Amino acid sequence: MSDKKNANGWSRRDIMKAAGAFTAAGAMPMFFTRGAWASKTFVNDPGNSKTVKLGFNVPQTGAYADEGADELRAFKLAVKHLNGEGDGGMIQTMKPMSLKGNGILGKKVEYVTGDTQTKSDAARASAKRMIEKDGVIMFSGGSSSGVAIAQQSLAQDMGVVFMCGLTHSNDTTGKDKRRYGFRHFFNAKMSGLALGPVLKKEMGTDRRAYHLTADYTWGWTQEESIKETTEGLGWKTVKTVRTPLGAGDFSQYITPVLNSGADVLILNHYGKDMINSLTQAVQFGLRDKMVNGKRFEIIVPLYSRLMAQGAGKNIKGILGTTNWNWALKDEGSQAFVKSFGNEYGFPPSQAAHTCYVQTMLYANACEMAGTFYPPEVIKQLEGFNFDGMGNGPTEYRAADHQCFKDVLVMRGNEHPTSQFDLLEIVQVVPRAQVEYPADIFGGELGPYEKS
Amino acid sequence: MDAILLQILNGLDKGGAYALIALGLTLVFGTLGVVNFAHGALFMLGAFCSVTFQKLLTISKQVKDTSITFFDAYKEMPYLELWFGDFGKTIIDYSVPLSILFAIPVMLLIGLAMERGLIRHFYKRTHAEQILVTFGLAIVLQEIVKLTFGANPIPTPAPEIFSGTAAIGSLFGLGESVVYPWWRLIYLGFSLSIIAAVFAFLNLTTFGMVVRAGMMDRETVGLLGINVEKRFTIVFGLAAIVTGLAGVMYSPILPPDYHMGMDFLVLSFVVVVVGGMGSLGGAVAAGFLLGILQSFASMNEIKSIIPGIDQIIIYLVAVFIILVRPRGLFGREGVMED
Repeated sequence: MSDKKNANGWSRRDIMKAAGAFTAAGAMPMFFTRGAWASKTFVNDPGNSKTVKLGFNVPQTGAYADEGADELRAFKLAVKHLNGEGDGGMIQTMKPMSLKGNGILGKKVEYVTGDTQTKSDAARASAKRMIEKDGVIMFSGGSSSGVAIAQQSLAQDMGVVFMCGLTHSNDTTGKDKRRYGFRHFFNAKMSGLALGPVLKKEMGTDRRAYHLTADYTWGWTQEESIKETTEGLGWKTVKTVRTPLGAGDFSQYITPVLNSGADVLILNHYGKDMINSLTQAVQFGLRDKMVNGKRFEIIVPLYSRLMAQGAGKNIKGILGTTNWNWALKDEGSQAFVKSFGNEYGFPPSQAAHTCYVQTMLYANACEMAGTFYPPEVIKQLEGFNFDGMGNGPTEYRAADHQCFKDVLVMRGNEHPTSQFDLLEIVQVVPRAQVEYPADIFGGELGPYEKS
Repeated sequence: MDAILLQILNGLDKGGAYALIALGLTLVFGTLGVVNFAHGALFMLGAFCSVTFQKLLTISKQVKDTSITFFDAYKEMPYLELWFGDFGKTIIDYSVPLSILFAIPVMLLIGLAMERGLIRHFYKRTHAEQILVTFGLAIVLQEIVKLTFGANPIPTPAPEIFSGTAAIGSLFGLGESVVYPWWRLIYLGFSLSIIAAVFAFLNLTTFGMVVRAGMMDRETVGLLGINVEKRFTIVFGLAAIVTGLAGVMYSPILPPDYHMGMDFLVLSFVVVVVGGMGSLGGAVAAGFLLGILQSFASMNEIKSIIPGIDQIIIYLVAVFIILVRPRGLFGREGVMED
């Protein structure tokens, strides 16, 4: 067999040798970096499969079913965009962006859905089924802090990443934080820090506040955070009253406010409780009252557009905070609202936004890591700085897995121009103002490897 | 003193709702002997009559919403406003009281369909089976409402003129700060009127006399050649109307959602048990009594002595009454004692 050379002096054997050497050299760094995880097995490793499955566990029944439905819409839109369908949404605006619109790591994204029923045990059972039976590589969703905390604890036990949906309790990334749980949504502490200066400007420093608080983890942490803020301004706390979840008629809790000497009522309620307590507080004439020579004010520290719809005109003029709002004018928000609006005919809620962003962030982290191996994906998310997702420059803080970004102080719109224009943005509070040390709430993230 | 007056009023308007639901529940139990767990769903359906009527009045023309530029969005202009201007607006504003006219035939039909279609097949079954089937029915009705209207509460405001508060403090020589919402006072008056009307119907009409006789001794009335079953079916319809109207008028106080019936049902059963099974007067008295007790138990002064008392007071009273008067406050001998 002769070793014929062409005009350039290269024989076929030379080319083959060079190709072999080049491939070996090219693969060399991978042996040292990726080899660390390549040999490890992990839960629901998609291996050579052409698809990868995500689990969307949202409240499809129960009090938060409407919020859950909006989250599911956002998840479906995210999957569409990840697979290169539709207009791409925030893939066009997120920076830095590793996604290519060809699924995740070249695998087409599929999904399964579950119903949390807004109950911790039902949510855990549904998530477990997704992991064990459906083989999801990541799960996400939820509209309650109790449910989110239960799910991220399961995520740690099972070694599958959980990207929290709507959860606002300090505990989620505080005392109950987990290595396998990540929260993009803001929290009660950040609501307090954002509201403080606006309250000072609008209501002064001499106020007497009365709290009605939903009697569970989220209500307690919000009451604590808002109290800390208002007392820091010089306000006095007249009384804090815990109300049972789903009380329905709050009249017996509202009437004592009338003669308490308080001139501000703070409603640490969410969802149906907030709609009912606010509606009834307005019916009792609290908004028309003058106390201590000042106009009586009501504050709802955590707002949502879906709740505002339920409360109707009672929401007008009332201050609160949100994680995001569809009326934001930045490039990322507009791209998302356009995509969502064209798909469904109405703008997305903040619950939809956070779920969409969480899905994108997880997928992007997999692309950056070059693997689905959870510890590597987690390392990519920890300390990740990004922009173009609707809240300005954002950081996923490594120490507690809490996202830090701008927070919105909102007011119930006095003169809405459309059926969706229920809340107006009073101030976009910069991220620096809502940051706090990671260790103030205690808790441990836990190990990277499945515990 | 101010606080006590306010809590009495709170208890009375809440008690009005309890009394109306318990009244319907007792009517059904007293006549048909059925423990109807779907009764709370009738309260919820009544509230959704108000929602439906409001939606009918606000059927709208879709107009392009130019304030939203990102995608094609539309806002809705009710035809009533487009056609009749301010008069149309006024009709929409009064949708809750007007929906009473809509709710009466709808609730009557629902009641008759419920009784003829399902419940009558369970008259001779055990109470446990009746509870199971009516509870199942309640869940089905709830899910239908959720599927149709969504899970979130839907605001159904009272007419603008009644949206403020009444200065009852000055009326009773108390402080000017003692105020109470107009609509809640109207609700109290409304529930008292409905209770009076039901009692008048049962006590002053021949139909009512036969029903009362049937409640006492169904067999003897039947032997007199009176079709008791037919009358009892009508009574079921009447109970559905009473409970439905309680729901209609309560909708501005508590924005209706699919689960509101269940929340009231449990309390109403306690009311019936405390009042005495089968006793109409007992149901009304216990409704107001428990409403007032619940209100007082929520006062901070009471809660600071016994934390959490507001959530268990009704059940504590029920336990006490059952221990000292097993038949309830006004219970008759022989009812549910077999």
